[in-house]
Amino acid sequence: MISVDNVSVQAGSFALSGVTFSIPTGSHGILMGRTGSGKTTLLEAVCGLKPVTRGTIRLDGRDVTSLKPGGRGIGYVPQDGALFPSMTVAEHLGFALVVRRWKAAAIRERVQEVSALLGLGPLLARRPAGLSGGEAQRVALGRALACHPSVLCLDEPLSALDDETREEMCAVLETVRRRTGVTVLHVTHSRAEARRLGDCIFQLRDGVVGEAGLTTGAGARRDGVIGGDPFPPQPRPTA
Amino acid sequence: MTGPGSNAPESDAPPRVRSDAPFLISFAILGGAYVLLVLAMLAADASFTSPRHFWAALQSREIRYAIRLSLLTCSLTAILSVWVATPIGYLLSRYRFPGKALLDAILDIPIVLPPLVIGLSLLILFQTRPGRAVQSLIPITYEVPSIILAQFSVACAFAVRTLRATFDQIPVRQEHVALTLGCGRGQAFWMVVFPEARRGLLTAATLAWARSLGEFGPILIFSGATRMRTEVLPTTVFLELSVGNIEAAVAVSLLMVVAAVAVLMVIRIFGLERTPGRSL
Repeated sequence: MISVDNVSVQAGSFALSGVTFSIPTGSHGILMGRTGSGKTTLLEAVCGLKPVTRGTIRLDGRDVTSLKPGGRGIGYVPQDGALFPSMTVAEHLGFALVVRRWKAAAIRERVQEVSALLGLGPLLARRPAGLSGGEAQRVALGRALACHPSVLCLDEPLSALDDETREEMCAVLETVRRRTGVTVLHVTHSRAEARRLGDCIFQLRDGVVGEAGLTTGAGARRDGVIGGDPFPPQPRPTA
Repeated sequence: MTGPGSNAPESDAPPRVRSDAPFLISFAILGGAYVLLVLAMLAADASFTSPRHFWAALQSREIRYAIRLSLLTCSLTAILSVWVATPIGYLLSRYRFPGKALLDAILDIPIVLPPLVIGLSLLILFQTRPGRAVQSLIPITYEVPSIILAQFSVACAFAVRTLRATFDQIPVRQEHVALTLGCGRGQAFWMVVFPEARRGLLTAATLAWARSLGEFGPILIFSGATRMRTEVLPTTVFLELSVGNIEAAVAVSLLMVVAAVAVLMVIRIFGLERTPGRSL
């Protein structure tokens, strides 16, 4: 479970204050908002990459507000993937495990598991320069998933992909969540993505506090998280 | 679009695009003039010497010592410069802190200061009480370490500039990902940033090396020009000129040109190899 309680973040001249929302364990939470509304800042605060000036962030009931990013047990997939140009795909998938000093055999086994889950087998020896957009995002996802995080933070991971690849990635994300039970916080500005993937949908508006600033949505929700509809002119999805 | 009553009817037709040739030719002439100047200087040098002078210079015990000392000091300076410039370049690239603009300006001082002034400042520094205390442990002034220190004072500033640009080009997001995967800042640097910066590190090292090879002013003041002791190649040119042996001075100059061109070619090949899309 991701629980953000009355959190304030200051990033340069930009500020978010009194933000509250929660995503139940195993759910896919979507955070929407206009460009510059602070979605990424909020996601980075959950990851521990932006300091929180007030409030509490809990992951699976554990207060992680003052923990460093590496101690939070999260997987982070930024917008551009941010792959490491000097490493192969296999090295990406094993990166977090090398940092945790896993034995080489265990790393090899886990890399095989993750590559099988994401269909990366044929790419293991390649470097980022030779990957397509969709492949790069799958590698970034695999790199984040390798060390069994309980929470996955996705920052517009599909925005640079063509329609067909985006659909493939949506299917991959659904499979991943079904197979791993990971809780997802997914930042996007795409309504289609939100409807396709979201269990609970939140809207961040003007970076403002609590009820006025962050209204919770009920797009394609399947879990009963409360709030107004973030897509008023659109008909509710029937699926 | 033309409206009724408009005095100067405007056309929607595409404009007549003129030839690019005058633009390209004028740029090529201006740039070519400078390249010609450099080549003319080298040609003049070459016409002033002969393979016999070149060979004679290489046979001289003093000049061979200067070549060895130049190669040794330049290499040590290059390593030392990159070693020191890496943390400075990284911190300047990644962090904002009070006094950063001042620090930036301080780091440019060795680049803008006249070389003689750097030598004089080093000489005075090592005559102060702390300077003399250091010299009681390691003799520096007028000894070989003074050459390295004089070269380092200038070369390191160039290495800092190069490495800062290198780190600026490496997206900070990659480090963020590494942090979320369990790295500390140090681990993220060594595992992610450093391998990616290796071409920049090589460029900084070669630039520092080439810069050190041509360093003369600070060395003359701070290290002196004693044969078989603190004589590096620029000192040789100066000493040979001062005794009227212009042929030897020119031969040594050309030797330095060959060494510098070789090093700069290494920079071009390794430093720019992976930056495609720069040409039209």
